[in-house]
Amino acid sequence: MSIASLINRLPGGVAQGLIWGLMALGVYITFRVLKESDLTVDGSFATGGAVAVVLTVKGLPLFVVFPCAFIAGLVCGLCTGLIHTKLKIPAILSGILVQFGLYSINLHIQSSAANVSCNPDKYNVLLSLRNIPKAIIIGLIFAAVLIVVMYWFFGTEIGCAIRATGNNNAMAKAQGINIDNTKLIGFMLGNGLVALSGALMAHYQSFSDVSMGRGAIVIGLAAIIIGEVLSEAIFKKGCSFYLRLFFVVLGGVVYYLIMVLILWLKVDSQDLKLATAIIVMLALAIPNFRKGGKAC
Amino acid sequence: MLEIKNVTKVFNAGTINEKVALDDVSLTLEEGEFITVIGTNGAGKSTLLNAIAGTWPVDSGEIWIGDTNVTKLPEYKRAKYIGRVFQDPLLGSAADMWIEENLALAKRRGQHRGLKIGITEEERKEYYGLLKEFDLGLEDRLSAKVGLLSGGQRQALTLLMATIQKPKILLLDEHTAALDPKTAAKVLETTKKVVEKNNLTTFMVTHNMKDAIAYGNRLIMMSGGKIILDIKGKEKQNMTVEKLLNRFEKASGEEFTNDAAILG
Repeated sequence: MSIASLINRLPGGVAQGLIWGLMALGVYITFRVLKESDLTVDGSFATGGAVAVVLTVKGLPLFVVFPCAFIAGLVCGLCTGLIHTKLKIPAILSGILVQFGLYSINLHIQSSAANVSCNPDKYNVLLSLRNIPKAIIIGLIFAAVLIVVMYWFFGTEIGCAIRATGNNNAMAKAQGINIDNTKLIGFMLGNGLVALSGALMAHYQSFSDVSMGRGAIVIGLAAIIIGEVLSEAIFKKGCSFYLRLFFVVLGGVVYYLIMVLILWLKVDSQDLKLATAIIVMLALAIPNFRKGGKAC
Repeated sequence: MLEIKNVTKVFNAGTINEKVALDDVSLTLEEGEFITVIGTNGAGKSTLLNAIAGTWPVDSGEIWIGDTNVTKLPEYKRAKYIGRVFQDPLLGSAADMWIEENLALAKRRGQHRGLKIGITEEERKEYYGLLKEFDLGLEDRLSAKVGLLSGGQRQALTLLMATIQKPKILLLDEHTAALDPKTAAKVLETTKKVVEKNNLTTFMVTHNMKDAIAYGNRLIMMSGGKIILDIKGKEKQNMTVEKLLNRFEKASGEEFTNDAAILG
């Protein structure tokens, strides 16, 4: 339990935290913009990883691998969105159904293997835990690009329509917005980003696993809430959309560093998920007990 | 401009809670007509408004706006022709979005929404001018969140949103009922100004007889899902609450039982 070993683990924690932070940007679209709890992400994160690793092993170039993972995520979100809007099933249940079904789909993608590895010595990977500085830089580049694109998109006509849908269904319909469509787009983009970060994670850890997305929604929520608590502490009042997105990614990094710290404290790794659940519960509860705070 | 032909709507059909909310209702509004709709609770006035807006499909009959049969169109498609202000001030605007963003959303009612920028510089100037005319003190707060506004301000903003693109018909669903009397009067005056300035065909549901008489150029009274009185022209101008109550009792054979409507 030496300080040196903790410091040694920090860069790796930052790299992984960045990837979880990118995933949290996807969760942000459904949870904060659409104001729906979308549990699809536990499945679509693994789908992104599976697609990326399988295509990488097939020898496809990176500029094919990552867009394909993103598209796979779009399809996952489309399924949840269609079940929710066309079959009128609550969003949270639609997400659970798709996530459950995706387990089988992910096994199919991996040709029935629970996990598939892509050794960086043999295959062309974008990032890997063997080169942590590079992984961090790539994570930062992805974060910067995604934040700029999201900022632009949610300022467009259709982006504003999606935000209005999340804000107020009645108002959106009265302004001629087809809220089925805007919800579909939101679910798709959210899961597209989640799958993209699943692909990054799979490359980083050199394998994909059908259960690698387990708890992703909880980590995403943790990142969002930690980011909001931090930004509120620093800026007191609301801050710009750019900064809010930045703090979501930062929240992912902080979350993962807390995990590194907990592991360093030699907490039994089987208690890690319980610890996460408690941290997220507290983070979700704090705003509700503060004066003037709004419920999540 | 608006034609309602034999529209019927039954809620909870076949159950003990069955309620005939609209019973073979027909109504034609000419362009520029400002109709006020009054009736006791459950008379069907808000139901008729929702039927026009397309909140749910009607059981039978047809609804035409101009030359378009909108009977089968979903709510969001009808929005192209309809400006709408709700009773609940929170329903008409998006609380987490800026005033200018809300106006920009309304400006694009009925149009395709693509990847173009959601609000342009020119629009900002236009909205500044429009808000100034409305005299709410909001023109310098274009980038304030709507959630920070008072109920009256939100209702006036919703009214501006409903009319920023001239609608074929303006639907007002007891839009001042949730406001304090002073604010309600101000919003009503603003409504009158906007309607007159743009010569809007207007359908205003109210629970207040005085307002129903004071505003608009035609008045209908509903009871039991039917239109039982239709008063226009000179007769409308000379109407008083007393005369109206008298007419109601004659037409429906019962006493008007909404104190708020009489006293308010």
